[in-house]
Amino acid sequence: MSQPDAEIVQFDNVGLRYGTDKEILADVSFTLYPGCFYFLTGASGAGKTSLLKLLYLAQRPSRGLIRLFGTDAITLPRERLPGFRRRIGVVFQDFRLVDHLSAFDNVALPLRVAGVSEKDIARPVGEMLDWVGLGDRQHARPATLSGGEQQRVAIARAVIARPDMLVADEPTGNVDPEMALKLLRLFESLNRLGTTVVVATHDVHLIRKVPESLIMRLDKGRLSDPTGALRYPPRRSTMAGADASPSL
Amino acid sequence: MGFLSSLFQRWRGSSSAGDARLLPEAQLSGPMPWVIAIMIALTVVAAASGLALRNAARTASADLEGGVTVQIVTAAPAERLRQAAAVVGVLAKAPEVAEVRQVAQEELNTLVEPWLGTRPGDDVEALPIPALIDVRLKGPATPDRVAQLRALVVPVASSARVDAQAGWLAPVFAAIGTLQWLAGGLIALLAIATMAAVLLASRNALGNHRDTIEIVHMLGGTDRQIARVFQRSMAFDAAAGGLVGLLSGVVTIAALSRQFAGLGSGMVAGAVLHWQDWIVIAAIPLAGVALAVLTARISVLAALRRML
Repeated sequence: MSQPDAEIVQFDNVGLRYGTDKEILADVSFTLYPGCFYFLTGASGAGKTSLLKLLYLAQRPSRGLIRLFGTDAITLPRERLPGFRRRIGVVFQDFRLVDHLSAFDNVALPLRVAGVSEKDIARPVGEMLDWVGLGDRQHARPATLSGGEQQRVAIARAVIARPDMLVADEPTGNVDPEMALKLLRLFESLNRLGTTVVVATHDVHLIRKVPESLIMRLDKGRLSDPTGALRYPPRRSTMAGADASPSL
Repeated sequence: MGFLSSLFQRWRGSSSAGDARLLPEAQLSGPMPWVIAIMIALTVVAAASGLALRNAARTASADLEGGVTVQIVTAAPAERLRQAAAVVGVLAKAPEVAEVRQVAQEELNTLVEPWLGTRPGDDVEALPIPALIDVRLKGPATPDRVAQLRALVVPVASSARVDAQAGWLAPVFAAIGTLQWLAGGLIALLAIATMAAVLLASRNALGNHRDTIEIVHMLGGTDRQIARVFQRSMAFDAAAGGLVGLLSGVVTIAALSRQFAGLGSGMVAGAVLHWQDWIVIAAIPLAGVALAVLTARISVLAALRRML
């Protein structure tokens, strides 16, 4: 099976430890390709969130090599980090909404950070909030939103700037099944537009809803590749076919 | 003060609205406007004092620059009068002398009355008070020129003592110079204290908003964007504090001026502020704002560099 276009992420023997503790991640090697949909699974404490932190440049590894968008992320000068981070949308497990901002302003934050003018912000942000079902809660502060509503604001914030890669840590943990499916369809829509999606989840049912997805499984900080797709990723054009669907 | 600071914040341009919404600006600096107001008020008073002292010294120095006093120190009244007349005669013909005047006896009596008393029975004329001759040279009374005058005078008046008037006030000028340096040192210390206060406020605000800053970083916000928010907040607080501090300082200067004017002393009368001095004083809040903004920027950028 031939390789798709240039990789978007490459991990090579990556290890991560906090302080002098034992490694949370050890010898993690994989490659992510543009336009693919990945699920990251594993038991609680397996290191999923730590791996995602490395992906969205919130953490430097203790060892190993990480290439992001074709650039060595380990030696990346600090002043170039914002440019890379703007290409990555992140849905944090704990949402990490900004308390003093309304739902609208939270969703608008990536656009404002990127320097988009105010007149070009109102319409897309309003549409995005409508899409996640929060059109009537635009002015609500996070403290007045339910857990599910906060999660939807966090997702809207992550995707509003059309990132090259979307990293989501348990993005459907606090929403009902109907909303979970709707959010998943949003991720798929983004994926079809070319965004690489990485979703960390325990939810097997969710994974089955995206048959063309590729699966990474973490077990005690080590990565397994149940489908072999991380080593031999299929072309995107073939991924939609039933033959390429991974099995769990 | 909070009202003034928030009023300034409402005046900010729409172009900065994006950055402005990154952090809750109103909560960034806390009591900073009051701290800056106190610092600016003290700086204004210190600067005004330094400038007034400088002006007093300059005025006195200009008055005394070409002044020379000749004293005829002899106890015999007739001889004293003869020598004084001879000195006036010689000096009136000297080319470097612009003006020569013997101080009248009544004037001398008035000068010594406060020390010798004017009660009935007192007779200041009974005391051997030296005859005084006030001389104005065409240029400054340098030691060489005073020596030349002495050479002219002593042959006709053996009891004459010739002194430059500026020499008598040299210790006063030295003291004024020291006070000016003290005012400058005080201003420098106040600037350092302001910087320290801004530094602490910035660090405190950074600590309070660490989570938000991390989120903004993760969304691709740059250190400069975050620093701009702190700079802007500090600028508004410093402007509000500077305005209040300036007004307080000016009121204090006005009150002090009225009190010193009441003294009526010649030296103190020269301690006035000219329009150029008021420009310097008006610039102090601006310098305070610039200092606060610069300190906030440097401290915030340094702290952000320690974050990933």
